[in-house]
Amino acid sequence: MDFVLEPLASAFFVRALLAAALVGLVCAVVGTYVVLKGIAFIGDAISHAAFPGVVAAFIIGVPYYLGAAVAAVGTSLAIGVVTRRARIRTDTAIGVLFAGTFAFGVFLYSTIEGYVADLFSFLFGQLLSTSVEDLVALALLGGLVLATVAILWKELLYATFDPLGAAASGLRVEWLEMLFLALVALTIVISLQAIGIILVVAMLVTPAATAQLLTVRFGRMMATGVVLAIAASITGLYLSYWLDVASGATIVLVQTAFFLAVLVVGPRTGWLARRRTGRSAGPDMTIGRRRT
Amino acid sequence: MSFDPHDHPHDHPAERQLPSLEPEAVHHPEHARHHASVWMSGVTTGYDDRTALEDVDLAVDPGTLLAIVGPNGAGKSTLLKLMAGLLPPWHGRVEILGDAPGRHARRVAYVPQAELVDWAFPVTVGDVVMMGRYPGLGPWRRPGATDRRVVDAALDKVGMRGHEATQIGRLSGGQRRRVFLARALAADPELYLLDEPVTGVDATTQEDLMDILEEEARAGKTVIATTHDLACAAQRFQKVATVNRRIVAHGPSSLVLDPEVLAKTYGGHLLVLGDKAMVLDDAHHHDQPEEGESHFHEGAPR
Repeated sequence: MDFVLEPLASAFFVRALLAAALVGLVCAVVGTYVVLKGIAFIGDAISHAAFPGVVAAFIIGVPYYLGAAVAAVGTSLAIGVVTRRARIRTDTAIGVLFAGTFAFGVFLYSTIEGYVADLFSFLFGQLLSTSVEDLVALALLGGLVLATVAILWKELLYATFDPLGAAASGLRVEWLEMLFLALVALTIVISLQAIGIILVVAMLVTPAATAQLLTVRFGRMMATGVVLAIAASITGLYLSYWLDVASGATIVLVQTAFFLAVLVVGPRTGWLARRRTGRSAGPDMTIGRRRT
Repeated sequence: MSFDPHDHPHDHPAERQLPSLEPEAVHHPEHARHHASVWMSGVTTGYDDRTALEDVDLAVDPGTLLAIVGPNGAGKSTLLKLMAGLLPPWHGRVEILGDAPGRHARRVAYVPQAELVDWAFPVTVGDVVMMGRYPGLGPWRRPGATDRRVVDAALDKVGMRGHEATQIGRLSGGQRRRVFLARALAADPELYLLDEPVTGVDATTQEDLMDILEEEARAGKTVIATTHDLACAAQRFQKVATVNRRIVAHGPSSLVLDPEVLAKTYGGHLLVLGDKAMVLDDAHHHDQPEEGESHFHEGAPR
């Protein structure tokens, strides 16, 4: 029991635990659509694009949330426009944006005199330094993302599954896609401090991808993803506390372990199940739909 | 029937003297415009720099069961997308149910080609058919008892009652087309736009689906479907429009589907033996995906 209870005596650990669970929840909900749309790469690009915003906010002296949100939402909308209007391949355009914005962040970072450990922590996250203000901001912005998804649940589902049919029947699919990219950006912003720019894409993709191996219903996929994400956040944080290792990376490693375990022994797609029934796992192995 | 004199400048003059089957629609578009479900005049459109359709004139009356036929890449799907408001015209005018495309979108049901659907997506038969009700519900509201009744009735009609909880990837090709038609029925539209609704399905499914479409047309709904199957177009559709970048001919199926029109529509892909015409066209080789589209090839049902 000490393994579980002892860390809870420290307020910083409890704050970190709440932050990790909240980030896991919001990321899994948004990540369900990210996985089904096949836009993991876009999530990675948006998270890297947040870095110059964080650095600029530090230089100007405004809260990092603000800088990250402006940079991430701005980039997500730019990606939305580029994927619709540009005549180059989408993944190429995103690759250019992704590297360019991150390089700009590193450039800005290198102009700051002296070593700024605070900023460096945004690359890999620093859950254990979550403050009360961080938690409040996390809860408010996370609540905003979840409320938007709750209101537009059906519309987002239809537009993700069959964008042509949805648009033809009167749903404003272009608008929904832009809004969704903005939600991805906000989700990334609130995850930056906890998980960090480099690993946040795993929070979006891995629990939802694991859930997709376990169920064939959209609602259950989202619910399963949420449970897996929160379980991974809690397990990972405890492991990192006792092993004295990086918390964000440990959470992502636990998620990855869940994914591999389900891949191997899962009831629907696992190699063991396939051997037992002698049939191929077939297209359910598809992690997402590519739209490049 | 309208032959475009600019289409093939080396055609024999006799071809251009074929009787016009729909003079009011072709020569007096304004007259046909007011009551038409679909009305197009001088429409040109395409993708990026590539023209897919040129100078299209078309008027489709309510209650028409219209087949759009033509070779691969002729612009059949593009014509449907134009009607569905998914693609803007570059030139010319399009009116759907009396207004700009998309204006009355909730009275239009569009069913994409099977290749455009991600069959591994975690939705069930019941989920997909319920999507037909979504646009009418608006944000936040969850489907209610009426919606469930309509979905059940649509599933009954297409013979898929009892499959509600099945993930769509587990269905056969025919069952997949049945489910998507049920989604269109559940939307209770005035205009059906169906891209290849009977391609790659068994004979029973084709008969069943065509019976339903016929019934909808009799009830005053307008049904427009692309097809590769000329026999089906001739036997089951009331009217046919043949397309090859332009509308080559448009009129009652019995008159349009003659070897001369088919030769004009299909060019080298047509083999005429005596009075029988055979299209040398691969029904399973669909149009190339457009930019931003991904195609999902149907795997064997599991």
